[in-house]
Amino acid sequence: MLEYFNFRIIWEYMPLFMEGLYHTCWISLLGIIGALVVGMIACACRISRVKWLVAPAVVYIEAIRSTPLLAQLYFLYFGLPSLGIDVSELTTGIVALSLNSGAYVAEILRAGFKGIPFGQVEAAMGQGFNVYQRFLFILLPQALANTLPPLLGQAIVLVKDSAVLSLISVMELTRAGQVLNSERFMPSEAFLTVAALYLVIYYALKGVTKFYQLRMMRFRSA
Amino acid sequence: MWGYYFEQLLHSLPMFWKGLAMTAGVSALSLVGGTIIGVVTGVLRARRRSIISHLLSLYVDFMRGTPFLVQLFIIFFILPEFGLQMEAFAAAVISLTIYAGSYICEIVCAAIEAVPSGQEEACRSLGHTHTQAMLLVILPQALRMALPALVGQYVLLIKDSSIVSVIGLTDITRAGWLTVQRVPEGLMVFALVGLLYFAVCFPLIHLSNYLERRFSTGELKL
Repeated sequence: MLEYFNFRIIWEYMPLFMEGLYHTCWISLLGIIGALVVGMIACACRISRVKWLVAPAVVYIEAIRSTPLLAQLYFLYFGLPSLGIDVSELTTGIVALSLNSGAYVAEILRAGFKGIPFGQVEAAMGQGFNVYQRFLFILLPQALANTLPPLLGQAIVLVKDSAVLSLISVMELTRAGQVLNSERFMPSEAFLTVAALYLVIYYALKGVTKFYQLRMMRFRSA
Repeated sequence: MWGYYFEQLLHSLPMFWKGLAMTAGVSALSLVGGTIIGVVTGVLRARRRSIISHLLSLYVDFMRGTPFLVQLFIIFFILPEFGLQMEAFAAAVISLTIYAGSYICEIVCAAIEAVPSGQEEACRSLGHTHTQAMLLVILPQALRMALPALVGQYVLLIKDSSIVSVIGLTDITRAGWLTVQRVPEGLMVFALVGLLYFAVCFPLIHLSNYLERRFSTGELKL
């Protein structure tokens, strides 16, 4: 196989791949930040006792979780212009990624809040914490600490999902592979390189998750 | 104008039914294939520190670390270079099968490890071989525990099957994409696409939740 594999082409296109990698990284970063914001709001609405906040949150979460990202992306991409909203493909893509992952983040955070024993709230009440202090200083830090590994897992999913953005011609890593493939018709060089670069991001995030879990284990046993 | 477009949309409904059939067909085939691959590799991988288990870890990492879109391109564009010509349908089913297999492998492997080691020891002391213990005692318990996660994985599989529209299979997503070229009402067209996916995935998500509640009473959980 190696005699067919042309490393010189990969080297020649390396700047393009690096540009794609760079774009994938910051698109994903923006997507993760957006997903955290959307997810926290949706989670807060979902667990609140106000009925008219719960219903929209449930509809949003269930609608996102039972439809594919590609359909959501096309919905925004083809739908927003007919509403008179004219934004770039890049913005559409990042918004779609944030809205998509936001629903999963909301569910992860909800599970995190559920896992906190009620004694924590009672103890905080006993110490005279009011409802905002309880949430900010007692519940939120614990929920985030408990859910960091699944949140990082969702970040990995988001990085991979950002490949779909290449279909609405956003310049990112997969797009770089498509460009090389269409210019030189060398699919192996193009897509295996792309896959290898995605694996770099994957192993980095996986390493962070493992490191954090080890730290938590040591912290809990100490 | 909306009324006119709605009428247009009604005219393309037959294409959406065909798309639904395509999505269902591709998903069902790769669901069966993926489950077979996943269970077999999961059992093989559960035996730690063997060469096979390390190789399977690499397989799982590769599939989990790269976007499905890139995997699809690798199968669809690169295999023909080695003389393996195939249609889009075959490429879609093969790549979805391999992809789903890796996730199911992980689920099955985790479930096998969650079965208490006393079960294996009891079997061995009764004179069963390792294979017999695995097939007759451990695997049935593990699969029962893994069932909710498996159904959840099937939902992800159906959603990921939307990506195969990229290589020209007319599934639900591509039916929407083709329609939106003639009916420039993106919101309406992709709301219909979303609704069709919702109709398939939503019951499955709730089946998964139900199974989780049903099987987790007083039992070990994943």
